[in-house]
Amino acid sequence: MTWIAKPKLHHPTLTCNAAGFTRRDYEGAVSTLCAGCGHDSISAAIIQACWELDIEPHRVAKLSGIGCSSKTPTYFLGQSHGFNTVHGRMPSVLTGANLANKELLYLGVSGDGDSASIGIGQFVHAIRRGVNMVYIVENNGVYGLTKGQFSATADLGSKSKKGVTNTDSPLDMVGLALQLGASFVARGFSGDKPQLVPLIKAAIKHKGSAFLDVISPCVAFNNHPGSTKSYDYVREHNEAANKLDFIDGRDEITVDYAEGELIDVTQHDGNVIRLRKLAASYSPHDRVAAMNYLHERSAKGEVVTGLLYVDEDSHDLHGHLNTVPTPFNRLGAKELSPGSATLEKINAALR
Amino acid sequence: MKAIRATNDFVVKFANVNGSGSASANELFAKSILRMGVPVSPRNIFPSNIQGLPTWYEVRVTEQGWLGRRGGIDLMVAMNPQTWDEDIAEIESGGYLFYDSTRPLPASKFRDDIHVIGMPLTAICNRTYADARQRQLFKNIMYVGALSALLGIDAAEIEKLFAEQYKGKEKLLDSNVKALHLGRDYAKEHLPGDFGLRVQRANAVGERIFVDGNSAAALGCVYGGATVCAWYPITPSSSLAEGFQKYCMKYRVDAETGTNKFAIVQAEDEIASIGMVVGAGWNGARAFTTTSGPGISLMNEFIGLAYFAEIPVTIIDVQRGGPSTGMPTRTQQSDMTACAYASHGDTRHVLLFPEDPHECFAFSAQALDLADRLQTPIFVLTDLDIGMNQRLTAPFAWDDTRAYDRGKVMTTQELEAGKYFGRYKDVDGDGIPWRTYPATHPMRGSFFTRGTSKNPEARYSERGDDYVYNMQRLLKKFDTAKALVPQPIVHAARQKTRFGAIYYGSTSPAMDEALAALDADGLHVDALRVRAFPFPGAVAEFIAAHDSVCVVEQNRDGQLRSLVINEFGIAPARLVPVLHYDGTPITARFIAAAIGGHMRASNVVPIESKVAHS
Repeated sequence: MTWIAKPKLHHPTLTCNAAGFTRRDYEGAVSTLCAGCGHDSISAAIIQACWELDIEPHRVAKLSGIGCSSKTPTYFLGQSHGFNTVHGRMPSVLTGANLANKELLYLGVSGDGDSASIGIGQFVHAIRRGVNMVYIVENNGVYGLTKGQFSATADLGSKSKKGVTNTDSPLDMVGLALQLGASFVARGFSGDKPQLVPLIKAAIKHKGSAFLDVISPCVAFNNHPGSTKSYDYVREHNEAANKLDFIDGRDEITVDYAEGELIDVTQHDGNVIRLRKLAASYSPHDRVAAMNYLHERSAKGEVVTGLLYVDEDSHDLHGHLNTVPTPFNRLGAKELSPGSATLEKINAALR
Repeated sequence: MKAIRATNDFVVKFANVNGSGSASANELFAKSILRMGVPVSPRNIFPSNIQGLPTWYEVRVTEQGWLGRRGGIDLMVAMNPQTWDEDIAEIESGGYLFYDSTRPLPASKFRDDIHVIGMPLTAICNRTYADARQRQLFKNIMYVGALSALLGIDAAEIEKLFAEQYKGKEKLLDSNVKALHLGRDYAKEHLPGDFGLRVQRANAVGERIFVDGNSAAALGCVYGGATVCAWYPITPSSSLAEGFQKYCMKYRVDAETGTNKFAIVQAEDEIASIGMVVGAGWNGARAFTTTSGPGISLMNEFIGLAYFAEIPVTIIDVQRGGPSTGMPTRTQQSDMTACAYASHGDTRHVLLFPEDPHECFAFSAQALDLADRLQTPIFVLTDLDIGMNQRLTAPFAWDDTRAYDRGKVMTTQELEAGKYFGRYKDVDGDGIPWRTYPATHPMRGSFFTRGTSKNPEARYSERGDDYVYNMQRLLKKFDTAKALVPQPIVHAARQKTRFGAIYYGSTSPAMDEALAALDADGLHVDALRVRAFPFPGAVAEFIAAHDSVCVVEQNRDGQLRSLVINEFGIAPARLVPVLHYDGTPITARFIAAAIGGHMRASNVVPIESKVAHS
């Protein structure tokens, strides 16, 4: 329902970022989701992150599948091209779009129904290939748009609004992403914006498959006692592994912390993610340790959030395919057709 | 006993076990005849298996240039005990059997009306070679040698082919030449000198090239500017994607940087393949996928999205026998309906029907242009018969002045100048709207692409009038396509006739021959080869000009016929189905019998006798 226009009047004192845009320039149409929906908080965090990073809005391609979460790209970055694809198939479309033009920022937004059920195959393979993207799953454990059926991330024993108990084991998207070789894996909570914004910023600056699982309560169908994806439940069980500052490569690092308390992760372009450890033994550089930690905490009923894994020497699909620097969509016949003289030679060899 | 005697006009069939190395020996045999200046048309008939099952290679030797499958076998090279009985049964009366006579067979295993030539191939190999694999491989070369002596094929031509194949591998070259001559010498010494079938030097090949349709289509995609190929392995289309890879490695690597002007992704399934093509097309790169029937079924949801959201997509469907897994290594033209109306809701798609590798090349390149021009999926419907068999075909051609038609893409400058942009608005009256690539302009030209209904400015809308406007515009666009696609070709009979025939694709060479045979019988038929869907008006005019039109195709249900009836509202009785769908390529004999039978049943008396012709 994107015909609802937001007022275009900006307050003259609205500040511009280095790219010359105000925060309002990163907004989209008015959301049509339910009041209090976690997804709207994630949209706001995406807006904040892109504005703070001085990203030109039109240089972002936002892609989604089908579902409540997949509707949200309409509600942020109104000057970006968006693509609402088919259910569960955003990853393949994003992969193709990425191949066509390596210069843009690809933001894939999906939900747990879209990515963990119908689209689990595409999720798995896009991560495996190392597509350079930010892949956000807005995870509420429920099918909202079809009114309250369990999704594949619903916890065993959790109760639906209608009182049905889930008897299927849940899929853990973060655990899967780690196993599949994602080079950036994080989990956030829509109710914790100070944690979420730097996570999104760090994911944007990461080169390779950056996967972000954001627990995002569904106020209409999964915010009741007995749900493990409600605001109350997640607040009570949230176990942050680290606190995160995203430091632009241009900024001077001034704050001092005690030794051992901090981990600096330097990104390809010189940006630094500074992590303040909350769990003393936790290292975001160790994929196996991250998987173990997640399993241990999960067994205790805790929801681990924060930057869980990052590989500073990551690669992406274009690197694997050794593609030319110029985006494919700018190449013409001159660059792509081998020409008639070559064709004559090919003909001769076929006689 | 009768003996078939023929020069440059006969059919040889090799019955082998797959995985035994026979394929390259048999291809060598076919090429050596080509080098004698005599056209050949070979066909692989192979199982869905890698090793151990029966496989056949049928070579039609035809100075007249009839490249369709003829039907009937004049010389059977029976190298597979598993299929012995059916192979023997297939030989024409008075024909020839060539077999490995190392082990004696009872007389009951042969026929009285065929000529039997035995050669102890295994025995000769066993005493010449110690290595088991060598015994197997050189047995194949040895029978090629023996056959070349029997048929009168110049050994020098085969040696030249060896020299080309084993350039720089002199050891292999020598051993192959040796095996060839072992076979030739044995034949000259022990086999009958006056063999009924002969190859005689001719000059009937001309400039034509010898290539399979999958390689040709792959090359067409290289020339046509495809940069993204996403695919999933499926017979008979896999060699197309692999061919694209091979040609790209040769012609699309930037000489200075060593980087690739292509991206090929073997996807996890056909759904992901088409999804990637949709994503790349949306973002302005030329992209294609190649598949066969089951893949088309899987791609249906995305095909509907690409149709409705208007995204350029090229799909090359190398058809095989369906439904379901069907006959995966046999040929059919049975995906036409599935492609023409693919996906749910009201959809119609542009289909191109190449007849041979030359058109596989040309139409694949053209499909990429049409996809951009029409902003919709374009299907190239080939089949296993053209795709996986080498065929003598007109040389590939490319005009260096040809620029890619990228269609209606609005530029940064146009947006900056304030030109109106409504993504789904028909501003030119041809039903084709303007589009923008992502990131064209900081403040203008962005839009949201979706599979839901929308208004002309690409905003979500469930209003009935917005929906109907869009659906009507899509129909108009489909109508625009009629003039852009390859137009039908009419072969007029020598004199006016009330009978017509419509055909397409790989049926072409058999049809040409059938028309000549009917003509020789004094039966006059006008023929029209359809080269694309939507059908231009010329197809309806052709049907209107004849009382009765046979529609010749390779499927059970007459899918082209149904499309013609549906699109033009033609009375079904005027269109007579001529259907061949057993998985083997259609033959001239079959077509001529079916059309001739129909005409005779309609009381047509040939007005000229054969005598009057000559």
